[in-house]
Amino acid sequence: MSTRYPFSAIAGQDELKLALLLSAVNPFIGGLLAFGDRGTGKSTAVRSLASLLPKMRAVAGCRYRCDPDSLDSLCVECKARDSRPSRNVPVPVVDLPLGATEDRVIGALDLERALTRGEKVFEPGLLANANRGFLYIDEVNLLDDHLVDLLLDVAASGENVVEREGLSLRHPAQFVLVGSGNPEEGELRPQLLDRFGLSVEVRTPTDVDTWIEIVKRRDAFERDPAGFCAHWQHHDARIRRRIAAGRRRLGRVVVPYRTLERAAALCIALKTDGLRGQLTLMRAARTLAAYEGDLEIDDSHLRRVAAPALRHRLRRNPLDETGSTARIDRAVAELLGP
Amino acid sequence: MSSKKQTVIMTPGDATIAAVLVAVDPLGLGGVLVRGTSGPVRDAWLANLRKNLPSDNALRKLPMFSNEDRLIGGLDIASTLRVGRPMIERGLLADADGAILILSSSERFSPQKAAIVAAAMDTGEIAIERNGLTTRSAARFCLIALDEGDTDEEVTPRALVERLAFHVDLSDDAAQEYDARDGVWSARLRLPEIKLPDALATAICEAAVGLGIASLRAPLFALKAARVHCAFDGRTIVSQDDAALAARLVLAPRATRLPSSERPIEGEQSSSQQRHPRDEEDEPQPSADELTDIILEAVKAVLPPGLFERADATAGGRAAGRSDARVSAKQTKARRGRPAGTEKGDPGRGGRLNLVETLRAAAPWQRLRIAGASEMPKVRVRREDFRVNRYRRRSETTAIFAVDASGSAALHRLAEAKGAVELLLADCYVRRDKIALVAFRGKSADILLPPTRSLQRAKRSLAALPGGGGTPLCAAIEASLTIAETIRRSGGNPILVFLTDGRANISRDGSAGHSAAMAEALEYARLVRTGGFKTLVIDVSPQPGEAARTLATTMAGKYVALPHANAGVISHTVSQAMRP
Repeated sequence: MSTRYPFSAIAGQDELKLALLLSAVNPFIGGLLAFGDRGTGKSTAVRSLASLLPKMRAVAGCRYRCDPDSLDSLCVECKARDSRPSRNVPVPVVDLPLGATEDRVIGALDLERALTRGEKVFEPGLLANANRGFLYIDEVNLLDDHLVDLLLDVAASGENVVEREGLSLRHPAQFVLVGSGNPEEGELRPQLLDRFGLSVEVRTPTDVDTWIEIVKRRDAFERDPAGFCAHWQHHDARIRRRIAAGRRRLGRVVVPYRTLERAAALCIALKTDGLRGQLTLMRAARTLAAYEGDLEIDDSHLRRVAAPALRHRLRRNPLDETGSTARIDRAVAELLGP
Repeated sequence: MSSKKQTVIMTPGDATIAAVLVAVDPLGLGGVLVRGTSGPVRDAWLANLRKNLPSDNALRKLPMFSNEDRLIGGLDIASTLRVGRPMIERGLLADADGAILILSSSERFSPQKAAIVAAAMDTGEIAIERNGLTTRSAARFCLIALDEGDTDEEVTPRALVERLAFHVDLSDDAAQEYDARDGVWSARLRLPEIKLPDALATAICEAAVGLGIASLRAPLFALKAARVHCAFDGRTIVSQDDAALAARLVLAPRATRLPSSERPIEGEQSSSQQRHPRDEEDEPQPSADELTDIILEAVKAVLPPGLFERADATAGGRAAGRSDARVSAKQTKARRGRPAGTEKGDPGRGGRLNLVETLRAAAPWQRLRIAGASEMPKVRVRREDFRVNRYRRRSETTAIFAVDASGSAALHRLAEAKGAVELLLADCYVRRDKIALVAFRGKSADILLPPTRSLQRAKRSLAALPGGGGTPLCAAIEASLTIAETIRRSGGNPILVFLTDGRANISRDGSAGHSAAMAEALEYARLVRTGGFKTLVIDVSPQPGEAARTLATTMAGKYVALPHANAGVISHTVSQAMRP
């Protein structure tokens, strides 16, 4: 509720944490999907981002929190302003609650003002609230198909186009879409899978020590949230600084031709559909290098992001019992060496 | 406890203890899943809960059929129209803040609604993003799910079960009154001070892993339960008896296996249930392994013998919310297709009026409309404002496979049938179609896979498909028909696919005999024809014969002989038939 579990205190779930951090450093990776067992802390990890992310500069008084330095993604109102004084605001991590209706997602005519004052005013929806931040959908496979389609469209274009009730407007809606769910409730359509940048399989940890660590920390948190957060505060701060440094470094990371070749060979060997896989693989590898302080991508980076970048893009052969992850691991071992 | 004339002090059963512990910490423990039919035993259990609850926790009912709007809350149309500005109607979950929420027939609660309740339990609040409204209200409640399902088909949605600390079975609990009000009250005060030794937390985690429990919520609940019991017992340091009791109440019902490598139990005379609280200082400290063993012993003591002897695959899949398919089918019926926005229209002509969108359409005109009129209604809605819900009608197709698993060729045939089901599923989930699977052998036909789109679930239940025995064809037709009718009732489009040689030799009542069984099978086959179901009979015997062909003709279905059928060919044939 009010106090969120600190990100740095999450034990285990390394792949999920890495995918979230990469998305925080580079929103253009294309969001992520976390599918897996119940009670493994998927939601906890995503929600903990809110207090982890470094603050950002936004135009003061703008309801879309426009970035004053990025002129081409300003909203109409900000473009019209003569000066754009800015202030530091937290990065939004917006939860899309189950049962949310389309009008609140896209935004709609402000009912109150229309009824009481006869004014036609746009009331921004969740897409506007999530601009420049994260939009989190828990149980994404329970969401109505048309809403999921809509969200993915907006996430890809970075802009929300509203045409309803005589309103006609567009506003920036650049956000990282994070979905989570449990495959028991039904699978996602492959068309949708492909639209998520990264995909993470969340499994219950298998070693007892990790269990004990998770349970003890969680228990400590629930008994004294404030004290627990205070204890982990400086760990969170360290990650926050690394994210900021990673963002600054991102533009300078060099991708050698040889690595590009390797990435292409990997995608060909795995027969991934389309080019989106390779693009995501390169973006994720570059972001990982930036986050870890390297200025050039090499095989080690590829190796670590291959599974989350590609696992949901493999053609499924239902008769082949081998899971996607195992197939990727095998291809990685063959092409990049063990 | 005050002893009056009857001084028979009965030790309360586990279910009763669970009720008392929940009364101490209703929010921390999440709630109780109570299995058992309604009756005096359950009433007594609920009475115990009610009696022991301090008065600040009200008991409220969560009606099973309350829809999403009522659960979450939204726009209060009546008062909005009266007052002339949007008014919020609080939902059931927000109203239940601080209360004990009782959900009857929880096995019939839909997974969609379960997810909403689960989200509220996780965050302690309910977020409304509906009908142009945005609010958050506190919704901290404790859920008592009364599960009356008596078949494997009907189980409480997993998302809920997961979040309830205790799962109790009332079938073996006697109805007895148990008054522990004083204990509950003082336990509440003592609870924040309770200390739990690290070694016990470790032992509980190890026990949970050893019992094959997948969710981390289980050990967390066990720790809480141990603390609560310790507080209830009037102590401040959690003992191993508390931990053993917590394991029995929390871990045992979730166990999926017994620990594989058993350590010999040294010294400890196990079964540490009813010992008196001892002096904590004097107690010799057992080693970590011993602690885990003590906890595991406590769990084993309550697990029925032979529980996990069945194949792991079926055991794991059993609780997997099989009711999903059925319930969501029911929902599609209620909504008639997927909602796809609204359009201008007339609610009189079969459309469902969408009040919020109608109000929105009317809103911009209020000034103009009010200008000319007298004072009465605050909001003026005219016919041209009406907006009705639009649904995209797309009835999904479900292929019901009835696979002959009898006789000698069964193993091969089964393997190919399984392969075909998996191939079809891979295809189906692109088109949002579904598959169900009935296997018949021996004396009966079993629904191995209720209609599903989940490849994962299919694989798990297919893994355990056995073969051999007689051919109860009639039972298979009957089972398939039942599924087909359910699907049709909920607006779906069923196709029956029989993989058999058509030679029945077991009647519906389980008796053997070729001619009687055949006659009966054909009788049921005529029901298929009467029902007008699309049917496909695939003859998979090495020498295709008359029996299967007759079956197909009687059903007015298509006959295909595939003596050397492999998974690919079968799935292709069925896939063709599924196309409209």
